[in-house]
Amino acid sequence: MDLGTIIWNTVALFLTLCIFSFLYKDNPFYKFAEHLVVGVSAGYFAIILYFNGFLPKVWEPVTQRGEWWYLLPTILGMMTWARFSKKWSWISRFAIAFYMGIAVGVAIPLEMQQRVIKQLHATMLPVHFTNIQGVWNLLIMLGVLCGLIYFFFSMGHKGVVGGAARLGIWILMIGFGAGFGLTVMGRISLLADRITEIHNWYLMVTKALWGF
Amino acid sequence: MSPIFFYLSFWFDFNRINVLVILGLFFAFVFYFINQAKKGKSLFVRRISGLDAIEEAVGRATEMGKPILYISGIEDMDNLQTVASMIILGNVTEMVARYDVPLLVPICRPFVVPVAEEAVKQGYIKAGKPDAYDKNNIRYISDEQFAYTAGVNGIMLRERPAANLMFGSFFAESLIMAETGFSTGAIQVAGTANIHQLPFFVVACDYTIIGEELFATSAYLSKEPKLLGSLKGSDLAKFLIMIILILGALLETFGITEFSSWFFVR
Repeated sequence: MDLGTIIWNTVALFLTLCIFSFLYKDNPFYKFAEHLVVGVSAGYFAIILYFNGFLPKVWEPVTQRGEWWYLLPTILGMMTWARFSKKWSWISRFAIAFYMGIAVGVAIPLEMQQRVIKQLHATMLPVHFTNIQGVWNLLIMLGVLCGLIYFFFSMGHKGVVGGAARLGIWILMIGFGAGFGLTVMGRISLLADRITEIHNWYLMVTKALWGF
Repeated sequence: MSPIFFYLSFWFDFNRINVLVILGLFFAFVFYFINQAKKGKSLFVRRISGLDAIEEAVGRATEMGKPILYISGIEDMDNLQTVASMIILGNVTEMVARYDVPLLVPICRPFVVPVAEEAVKQGYIKAGKPDAYDKNNIRYISDEQFAYTAGVNGIMLRERPAANLMFGSFFAESLIMAETGFSTGAIQVAGTANIHQLPFFVVACDYTIIGEELFATSAYLSKEPKLLGSLKGSDLAKFLIMIILILGALLETFGITEFSSWFFVR
């Protein structure tokens, strides 16, 4: 185990403990780690943007392959910098409008396909009482219909509609509870992984210092 | 295959006709209701319970003389939740401006910053207090998820806002931010359509706006004909979906699969 690895692992351990110190209360160690991660991520993203964004998507196509049309989105991007000028900030609105239009135009058909049509197809299930699957299918249908009624905003939640909406929110909350439990399990496993890293650091340092 | 069909298939995916038909129907519903709203017809939308919570949060911040923290999620403007969040931000700003409460808006994505600035500025102008707009309160923190979370946590602990409003698209950072806000004693109202994060907001926040209520809140607050029309149009689409579901299930039960197979997307 070389000295460089020991030093960097020690730095990682120190920063881990700085972040964990937040569990007690805000303190200078947490503030240091917080500002460090914000600063490093900003610097890191700037470099990533240059090497993975600007160079392959603007510089190389334009200068090496003569694909001048890549300059058009570049100009749009530069127009957003007009934001910094009080006099010329109106120019940035064109770029923002264009970007939002494209983004929403791509997102809507995709969302319709993934979240509505595919779900619709998957929920049209045969309902029967010949076996347990038919009963589950009925429950799924009921859950989906009551959930949809809960999110129906054109009618107040009164009477039969109110009852169905209440059943809908109960089913949603049962689903949320299951999701919560599953995610907490995942987070605990992340913590276990971090604790294992701390233990590995201890083993690494004791081996380096005392040979065992 | 005829030559026209062959060349058209480069531009048009005929396997997705069902998506086009359903999208077309949805747009027709939305345009109809937007038209109705523009003509001044009153469109009923039931009150969203979370709205009372937002007003209570603003009121509490006013009493305590502390700022309100508004978090718009960690996604970019291409996410519809961020768009809805910006609309809600504009309306919250109007409320906040009337009571002279500072509003802090930490942002995760650079492109959201100018949109947030515009939303907040318009909110102050509509409230008749354009001079109260402080650009420095809208702060870009970091693109990186947990660097942003660390920054927001720092703001919560140092600025001690009286109310935290979290509307938008959130991921693993949701519980961290909500728990930190809870530890500072702030009243918290959250809303997201990311169902995997809703459980965390439900347990850690005072009120949670679930899924589509986020978009309905933006329509209800702004009373804009386009937003109200969209909401009513989507309600009619939901009603149609319920009819299709019941019909599809009945036909499937009797062994008729042609109807449901039309909705299959390859």
